[in-house]
Parts: sequence; structure tokens; C-alpha cells
Amino acid sequence: MSDDVHTSIDNAVKGNDVLLFMKGTPTFPQCGFSSVVVQVLDYLGVEYQAVNVLENQDVREGVKAYSDWPTIPQLYVKGEFVGGCDIVKEMFEA
Amino acid sequence: AKGPVSEAIAEKLTSAFSPVHLEVRNESHMHNVPTGSETHFKVIVISDKFKDARTPIKRHRLVNDTLKEEVAADGPVHALSIVAMTPEKWQAKLEKGEAVGPSPNCRGGDGSLPKRNEA
Repeated sequence: MSDDVHTSIDNAVKGNDVLLFMKGTPTFPQCGFSSVVVQVLDYLGVEYQAVNVLENQDVREGVKAYSDWPTIPQLYVKGEFVGGCDIVKEMFEA
Repeated sequence: AKGPVSEAIAEKLTSAFSPVHLEVRNESHMHNVPTGSETHFKVIVISDKFKDARTPIKRHRLVNDTLKEEVAADGPVHALSIVAMTPEKWQAKLEKGEAVGPSPNCRGGDGSLPKRNEA
């Protein structure tokens, strides 16, 4: 990916306590998996920044390389990759 | 009938993990893609190989790596839901009467795949 895209992803991840790369927006998710993560975060009252990867194909592909993770959604907490929908659900249900 | 992607996934997971229990569920019918698609999967892999992978992320990464061709950007699989645990954890789950339900409902999709029944 280009340096610009890498930097922008890196800044988003490091500049926010909780960052979610998702499809669609928290109010209008465009994917069931992304929607579940939003619901968990909203339920817990967690403040988070959401990035809609559908708005930018470079970011959409870039985050997969950045995280070395093939699917969206992707949740970052304090700069660390936590996981996708399955993992977030598992943590919530624990 | 199981399609080629389903078969490839099952074969790779069997070979990598020698699972005591394996399910490869094609969930494409739950999504906005044509009938017969092989784009959305849930895999349940129960194996001793996860003993040393102490966190869910580590276990999921092992599964992702095994299926890296399938989930690549130009590969056939668009979504992959993973249940990966050791036989002990799985046994505990079954004893609690828990089953693995279906993945979340589609929300229409992002438009990148052909739609169900599109001419």
C-alpha cells in the first residue's frame, strides 16, 4: 500500500483509544458482522472512532495488510489489534 | 452437494489441524449473493494443535494462515467466521448445552459481489 495510506491507518490506530474499521457506519452498518461489533461497543457504552472502509478501497485493502487479517470488521484498542466479530462476541459473552 | 471451495477449506483444515471435530458451514445463502455461492463460511475447528495458542487471536491467525489463499483479496471467500478451540474447551461448551449458532444476518452487503438473482 502507499505510504500515505499506511500513515493514515497508523495514525487512526494510534490516535484513538478504540478504533473500529467497519463496513458502513455505526448508524448504517452495511454488514452483519460489522453491525454486531457496533452493537457490543454501544451496549458497553464504549467511545470509539469508526472508519468506513467502503469509502476508500485503498484503506479497505490497506487495513488487511496492516493488521495481517483478511476480513472486516477489525477492532483496535489502544493501538493493539483485538480481533474481528467472532473474537469481540466471545469476549463480550465471557 | 459441497462445492470446490468448501472441499478445499475442509481439506486444508484437516491437513493442518487433524481436528477431532470439523465443520465447514457454507453460510452464503444467508447473504445477498447468488444461489450456490461459496463466499461466506463459518468453520468450527476443534484440535489439540490449539493447546499452545493461548488467545483467540492466535488461534484465529492459525486458521487464517491455513486458508490464506481462500481469504486473499482475489480469493473466493469474502467472510470467514471461526470457532477454534481445544477439545477440552469444546467438550465444556457441549456439556453446557451450547451449540454454535449461525453468523449475524447480512445487511445487504457492500455491493462488491454479484447480488442474489441478479440476471
